[in-house]
Amino acid sequence: MKVNIAACITEPGSSERNKTGGWRVFKPVVNNERCIDCGSCWIFCPEACISRKEGGEYQVDLDYCKGCGICANECPTEAIEMVLEEK
Amino acid sequence: MPRRDVMHGSRAVAEAVRLCDVKVVAAYPITPQTHIVEDIAEMLANGEFDAEYIMVESEHSAMSACIGASATGARTFTATASQGLALMHEVLWIASGMRLPIVMVNANRALSAPINIWNDQSDSIAERDSGWVQIYVETAQEALDSVIQAYRIAEHEDVLLPVMVCMDGFVLTHTVEPVEVPDKEQVAEYLPELRLPHVLDPEKPVTMGALGDPNYYMECRKQQEIAMEHALRHAEQADEEFRGIFGRGYGLFEEYNMQDAEVVLVTMGSVAGTVKETIDMLGADVGLLRLRLFRPFPKEAVRRALSEAKVVNVIEKDVSVGFGEGALMTELKSVLYGSDVRVLGTVAGLGGRDITTEHVRQAIERAERALRGEKVEEVAWAGLKEEAL
Amino acid sequence: MKVAADIPSYVRCRHVCGASLAATRCFKFRKLVKEVSDEELFASGHRGCAGCGCTVAMRLALKVAGRNVIVTHATGCMEVISSPYPETAWRVPWIHVAFENSAAVASGVEAALRALGKKGIKVIAFGGDGGTVDIGFQALSGALERGHDFVYICYDNEAYMNTGIQRSGATPYGAATTTSPAGRVSFGNRTFKKDMPRIAAAHGIPYVATASVAFPLDYMEKVRKALSIEGPAYVHVHASCTPGWGIASEKSIEVARLAVDSGMWILYEIEHGKARVTYKPTVKRPVKEYLRMQKRFRHLSDEHIAVLQRYVDERWKEVFGED
Repeated sequence: MKVNIAACITEPGSSERNKTGGWRVFKPVVNNERCIDCGSCWIFCPEACISRKEGGEYQVDLDYCKGCGICANECPTEAIEMVLEEK
Repeated sequence: MPRRDVMHGSRAVAEAVRLCDVKVVAAYPITPQTHIVEDIAEMLANGEFDAEYIMVESEHSAMSACIGASATGARTFTATASQGLALMHEVLWIASGMRLPIVMVNANRALSAPINIWNDQSDSIAERDSGWVQIYVETAQEALDSVIQAYRIAEHEDVLLPVMVCMDGFVLTHTVEPVEVPDKEQVAEYLPELRLPHVLDPEKPVTMGALGDPNYYMECRKQQEIAMEHALRHAEQADEEFRGIFGRGYGLFEEYNMQDAEVVLVTMGSVAGTVKETIDMLGADVGLLRLRLFRPFPKEAVRRALSEAKVVNVIEKDVSVGFGEGALMTELKSVLYGSDVRVLGTVAGLGGRDITTEHVRQAIERAERALRGEKVEEVAWAGLKEEAL
Repeated sequence: MKVAADIPSYVRCRHVCGASLAATRCFKFRKLVKEVSDEELFASGHRGCAGCGCTVAMRLALKVAGRNVIVTHATGCMEVISSPYPETAWRVPWIHVAFENSAAVASGVEAALRALGKKGIKVIAFGGDGGTVDIGFQALSGALERGHDFVYICYDNEAYMNTGIQRSGATPYGAATTTSPAGRVSFGNRTFKKDMPRIAAAHGIPYVATASVAFPLDYMEKVRKALSIEGPAYVHVHASCTPGWGIASEKSIEVARLAVDSGMWILYEIEHGKARVTYKPTVKRPVKEYLRMQKRFRHLSDEHIAVLQRYVDERWKEVFGED
């Protein structure tokens, strides 16, 4: 694979090849019944791996989730629980 | 129509910047280049050409701004000397590593300490590893012409390296010489529009200045080395094509009185004038090789040019403290390794001390004694006041 | 969407207003969050620590900025974790040059855009606290003074974190770092934070703001304002660092919120020289609570905590009036 001139990266967002989900110990489990669709988990996620949908079904992209727990900690209704991931 | 005029070397450089349709100039003052950026400012103030002029707050920022501007696709220029060049050091390497065709004029000046504003070449020679193409000029005309050639070399798609045009501070910047100023149409014919493979553009987002870990760094450096090989070819071509359009050229080095010369003096920059004068004055059977392209070093061509020589004396305005000689001497020895040529060195003109015809005569004499098999000093310091040590 | 009647009253909004979620003010948060762009211009897969507050600052700034920007970036955490060749988290044009020159590079970019007649593209220069208040100070000052049309965003995690937590000019009083460690004869960093926002304002630029990753809407509104003005703007966003501050990753946003709620960090903006607070905590939390949350402060004696409380109280009085 040729190195680009000056190591210039020409594919924007190519970091997506790096599946940081492998870092995780705990994973977030979303209880959509308790969710009030405030958007806190979505806005605070450092990995941009929570997606918000119409009707408030928030989903975590486990390919990238590092299990930091910010979403669970910030959720005002405790709708997200950090669960030890069985590998 | 080209215009015949007389002007300071610094003005000649400013004219070249104007002619090359430079779009962004970063300006910071330092003796003896200040007149270059002042002359450019005056031209802009009078609408002689149009460019963004950033009055940066240091030379480090001057080169940084040039990188930003060049990466965005604009033709850029800055000028500096001595301490300013030294301050830019890390950014010089970065400009080359980022493969940006920035052109800079360095008005050669001694490095502190002691602080000294006068001419020697230690400043730019200290940056010889930075990945910049380096051209050393002898006259104001050559300075003007070399700036134009510099953009042509730098911007070539096989090169894409920054180019430093080195001119002796005060000696060339502050003296008045006859100069022919080309007209803009000629330069436009010679210089194509700047086209970079990657630019900062929201239409096509790229990431520049990425982290290059051990898996990638070596290849990037090698790519620069390969680009330097191309630069060698393109520097020659650029000069030939320049000759075709403008009627004058300089080559990668100048050969003076080299026919059958067994003793050859080697030097860079304006001191070549004094050397030529001395050779003529003495009627000496001595040649001069004035090296113009220092980086990339034209090893093959220089080897060939010196193939008839027996003794070479390198007269240079720098010394590598701790190695006991100047860099040009060391490099020439390396280039001539394996041949029978004896290489002597003369450290001269440090801190702006005048190099006189007497100094040159002494250098010739030492070389001739070496030719006769006498024992001579390998490195001499011209005009050194032993009693003051 | 759930309405007020559906939400139990025990649920309190831990966001901007601090009020019960049943109150209407938090619906404003929800509404405003919904209006934030979905586009992710800071991609997943970057190598930021789990819970990194600074990556939140990057991500949210880009949501406001959109695609029509050019970003310059100083060496530091956010640069390194986002651009290891051949991976890049950036979906906008981006350039990193060196540690101290983000603002100088931005000056060159901005000048080139003007020279080339390319209108409408905004320039954003990022730098960490080290790359801004210390080594980047000169280049920033020059760029602000020259009046370039750009936004400088300093993400402040209060130390040189990328190199392993060394003290910077933005490190708070009493914080332990590797170069200002707490020991038998030392209590940690001896100086107070360099007031970079006010130094920026002293340049007479049209817009300066302080922000926090824990107050995302406030931060994003400030970035939006900064981008909308012509001339230099400076935004200083307080951003948490889980290893550097010594906190569990899930507490990353909470600790940043407590910094504001305790008065250790104040959210304000200065528009054309006129200062205005954008958030006053409804309940002023004791500084001790903020300090005890973090390993970097845990060694502090009551005496030093009192120094910090006094420092906070003085500024609180100055900014908010008697309270």
